[in-house]
Amino acid sequence: MSTANTARPRGSRSPLASVALHATLVVASVIAVFPVLWIVLTSLKPAKHAVTTDFVKEPTLSNYTYLLEQSHFLSWFANSVLVAGITTVLGVFIAATTGYAVSRFKFPGMKPLMWTLLITQMFPMAILIVPLYNLMGDLGLLNQPLGLIITYLTIAVPFCAWMMKGFFDTIPVEIDESGRVDGLNPFGTFWRLILPLAKPGLAVTGFYAFITAWGEVAYASAFMVGEENLTLAGGLQTFVTQYTSNWGAMSAASVLIAIPAAIFFVFAQRHLVAGMTAGATKG
Amino acid sequence: MAAHTSQSVAKAAGDDVENDVAARGRSRRTDSDSGNRGENRGGKGASGLRRAVGTHWYAWAMVAPVVLVLGVIIGWPLVRGVYLSLTDATERNVSRTIGARHIEATYQFVGLDNYVDVLSDPVFLQRLVWTVVWTVACVSITFTLGLILANMLNREFRGRAAYRMALILPWAVPGFVSVFAWRFLFNRDNGILNKLLDGGGIAAIPWLDDPTWAKFSVVAVNVWLGVPFMMVALLGGLQSIPGELYEAAEMDGATAWQRFRHITLPGLRTVSMTVILLSTIWTFNMFPVIFLLTRGGPGDSTEILVTQAFREAFVSSPRDFAGSATWGVLILALLMIFALVYRRSLRKQGEVW
Repeated sequence: MSTANTARPRGSRSPLASVALHATLVVASVIAVFPVLWIVLTSLKPAKHAVTTDFVKEPTLSNYTYLLEQSHFLSWFANSVLVAGITTVLGVFIAATTGYAVSRFKFPGMKPLMWTLLITQMFPMAILIVPLYNLMGDLGLLNQPLGLIITYLTIAVPFCAWMMKGFFDTIPVEIDESGRVDGLNPFGTFWRLILPLAKPGLAVTGFYAFITAWGEVAYASAFMVGEENLTLAGGLQTFVTQYTSNWGAMSAASVLIAIPAAIFFVFAQRHLVAGMTAGATKG
Repeated sequence: MAAHTSQSVAKAAGDDVENDVAARGRSRRTDSDSGNRGENRGGKGASGLRRAVGTHWYAWAMVAPVVLVLGVIIGWPLVRGVYLSLTDATERNVSRTIGARHIEATYQFVGLDNYVDVLSDPVFLQRLVWTVVWTVACVSITFTLGLILANMLNREFRGRAAYRMALILPWAVPGFVSVFAWRFLFNRDNGILNKLLDGGGIAAIPWLDDPTWAKFSVVAVNVWLGVPFMMVALLGGLQSIPGELYEAAEMDGATAWQRFRHITLPGLRTVSMTVILLSTIWTFNMFPVIFLLTRGGPGDSTEILVTQAFREAFVSSPRDFAGSATWGVLILALLMIFALVYRRSLRKQGEVW
């Protein structure tokens, strides 16, 4: 997105302006990077130095070995992968045809549906959390990954549908028309022509769904109890409570949680930005 | 990123709303197309319903899974939440299973009592005022910083890609992880911020232990989390503004400020409207930052409406399910009023959204 033709030509910038520009950006970058960097450094310090200002003194992996061998970190990680993974797959699967239908057809009930999808995005979890909690209690699904998956679908489905509509909108209608000329019905057009073209869009949607479930805090804190049943969001809280603060373990866990997300992000980033800018450009 | 549950959703949605705006013209075309098809097929004399089914069954079949899911896991709990808010349900009288014994629910319908209680309690007003202050502060600061950084990055200069990567880093880290990182930095005795201040001979600041500083801290963290998204969205908007406009303006002798005021800002209108709306809604509902950073404390000074609703049902004892549902319904009502007002004001200005 940084090609020369998109940036406007600015022939002249005084050296002073140049210095100011770089100075501001350096300060902003430091503020953006430092907290993350500091956590990485802390995770490499032995416990006795965890709260010192030394950058790295006697670097060690002891926080990581503690985390993997003596805490429930691996179960939390597995729980999170399970919950977020299944939520993503189900969310994308359930929502795909809806995204297509609202992108291509005008049908009675479409407007209310669009509004419902939009409004549910701004739903505070506060309104659903108690009824869902009681419901899961009645069904015996509290403390079960399945309960959390069902709960997360309340978030994932509306926004997957809404987001995929956006991606389908960017695929030229002429393709649908050619499919129809070839005798395909709308399902066939969707399945054979549009879905393959929308793969990057589906991937980005799935990525967002995954990341959302990966980092959800409120439902996870309320629905999952007992050390080994927690997801990462709940588990991380146990290192730093009113009574204990194991900053070393907390920082090591943070690094291990952030790495997969960040790797994903770096790969998807180009698509995220491209999707966004494409939308804005045509708008 | 999820600590932001809402934040990432928002990102997603933001992305999508922009696409939506962009693609609207195009989808309209298909609409009329499918409309035509319907007319042909319907023929004369067919009943309206049959014609509608004949025309639209494809679309209806396609949206059916989502409608079903929404109805069951959102619609039903929503109705139930509204009902709970009209009862006196607490953890002591809802149906529950202890071991093999199942105890039936014994809570009763109490009408609007909960609403009267909540609304007549000064706590509601306190929470509401702080929630609004929190939202306005976060959104306006995030937007301003995002706009400044986007404008800087939208120029040609060496190192641009590196700066860009550094500046979007907070977005790549799951939100709850970032919040814990900040809790560590803010720690009163051991946090790096106070150690640096100490090095400069400044007394330690009780970042999270003093009501005013705690408010400052939660806003700062939320801004830190939100700027990357804002910056990327606005950068996208900036790159869509034709360079010729700036060249022409420069020819006419417009100053940098005039170019910004009369070309950049109007050019960013669509994107700005969308990201401001979205980030307002997310911030209003931003649970993780408050909950994980301060737990609403010290005391209850940083408690926003959403965390208050959570506290009623899952922190305070006995758990007050009805009270929590009441807060939830009130929050939803406030957001819907906000969305309607926002939409109307856009419409007045001739925006399609």
